[in-house]
Amino acid sequence: MSQRPTGPRRAPQGRTPWPVIPLAAVAVAYVAFPLAALLQRVPWSDLGSLLSRPLVTDALRLSVTTACAATGLSLLVGVPLAWVLARTHLPGRSLVRALVILPMVLPPVVGGAALLFAFGRRGLLGGPVYDSTGFLLPFSVWGVIAANTFVAMPFLVLTVESGLRAADARYEDAAATLGASRWMIFRRVTVPNAAPAIIAGAVLCWARALGEFGATVTFAGNLQGRTQTMPLAVFLTLESDREAALALSLMLIVVSLAVLVPMRDRWLASVP
Amino acid sequence: MLRADIEVSLGDLHLDIALTADDGEIVALLGPNGAGKTTALRAVAGLQPLDGGRITLDDTPLDDPATGTFVATAQRPIGFVFQDYLLFPRMTALDNVAFGLRARGHHKTDARAQAGEWLERFGLADHADAKPRTLSGGQAQRVALARAVATDPRLLLLDEPLAALDATTRLTVRTELRRHLTTFRGARLLVTHDPIDAVVLADRLVIIEAGRITQTGTPAAVTTRPASPYVAQLVGINLLHGRANGERTVRLATGATLTVADPLPGLDVAVAIRPQAVTLHRHPPEGSARNTWSTTIEGLEADRDRVRVTLDGPVPITAELTPAAVAELELAPGSPVWATVKAVDLTTYER
Repeated sequence: MSQRPTGPRRAPQGRTPWPVIPLAAVAVAYVAFPLAALLQRVPWSDLGSLLSRPLVTDALRLSVTTACAATGLSLLVGVPLAWVLARTHLPGRSLVRALVILPMVLPPVVGGAALLFAFGRRGLLGGPVYDSTGFLLPFSVWGVIAANTFVAMPFLVLTVESGLRAADARYEDAAATLGASRWMIFRRVTVPNAAPAIIAGAVLCWARALGEFGATVTFAGNLQGRTQTMPLAVFLTLESDREAALALSLMLIVVSLAVLVPMRDRWLASVP
Repeated sequence: MLRADIEVSLGDLHLDIALTADDGEIVALLGPNGAGKTTALRAVAGLQPLDGGRITLDDTPLDDPATGTFVATAQRPIGFVFQDYLLFPRMTALDNVAFGLRARGHHKTDARAQAGEWLERFGLADHADAKPRTLSGGQAQRVALARAVATDPRLLLLDEPLAALDATTRLTVRTELRRHLTTFRGARLLVTHDPIDAVVLADRLVIIEAGRITQTGTPAAVTTRPASPYVAQLVGINLLHGRANGERTVRLATGATLTVADPLPGLDVAVAIRPQAVTLHRHPPEGSARNTWSTTIEGLEADRDRVRVTLDGPVPITAELTPAAVAELELAPGSPVWATVKAVDLTTYER
């Protein structure tokens, strides 16, 4: 064909503007170098015994279970919220979105304090609940899950909302012409079509919950086996038991990478 | 029977049309892009609420802003075939067809069994477990059609059902679609911007321009007597009637024969030829065109930047040329010319 291509052409290797590569390399190095510095201090020979200590195993088990629980809670209410933000024209949507994103930019310790004022022993809701049932959310494993959810849910909501916006809403029209109720459309068409975004959002949410520190320590405290997650254990042992802190850090890096690396491609893959 | 008085304002579009479609009738809405055809279809489906007017199906009101009546899309007894089919990408062909039956309360096994029968009827039994992205354009269209009719709707709506296909598959799928459409009992409303699709598929044409109906009638009436130069431009197709005379030859009433590229669909056939596909020559042409005859010019008519040339003789059709070509060939009423049409430019369908 003699016809010239009219669309934008992909730049061949040689056409990359020259400052981009070195600057990109600096960005990668800036993230990789401190992690490498940490890794070179890991006591590899003692790793087995370090990782089998109760302090470490308790923290790992607690971190993984609470991150999973927080992700589950976020999915349950966050996907419907993302749908409302993406598909309805309710007044005040921008305000709601700003409110939901707020925990992403707020210092987590402020979030923890806010949770205390809401659900603490003398909190707005926590007080009456404690007086009538004796149930106390803070300083328990439930408190860890609450703090994780508060901080990590925005990652899920934002990702799923943008996924729903990118998805073709006409599939929902098609389902309606076939007689499907709104709930059936949501369940059988909307959610499956947004599955890549939901998976990506859940992974980001889980990874954020796994690394949560500020809100957890403020709201749930630092009790080994009950509320001491891995980040808390790292902070506690950094001064007193540096080798344990390094082993815990390594675990966090490995677990996070193991989840993030395979998800990257799925996230980028197009829907159909 | 559908009666739709549709008034919708949407951005620059002000749609104000009155449509009817009887049971068993195939009505085509034909018009340029942006004329409001798809909006009209979406209004009938309940995907676009009316601003004014009234839609009834079998005397049941579906949308009547005056009385506040609005039946939700899911409650309307309709089937809708979308332009790019919109098959659910994560479901198999079978589950796509079963979806509507499930939505209307059929049990899962029952819905799947019925869906299987529909796929078989549409020649897709081997593709029941295929995901939509693995289907060809023609197969995907048949799945979409099966999905739309599986719920036994009273009214079938089709939005540009052939637009997503490439030119070669389009020809065979069009014939197939016509066959499938004729087996459906209810009314059918079809939107297209392609006049050939409209005359092949529809019993009645409704021409829409800028939100208004400019002409309505049978394909023969509209194509032979376009109400405006614009309609002439849009649907000015030559329609000839004849009888099959061999597998690929049509004999016209005038005695002339035309050769077509594909086997004829039946005995009594109509042949559609775009005026742009007719070429004229002053001398006997050389080349591969299968249909060549000599005739005389009956008349010339300027139409925007084109000239429509009507031909006398055994094949009474209209050719469309540029003014430059008319000047170069020195065409005038009464001039003798040679006309040619390639076999692939003849569209035939059973009458």
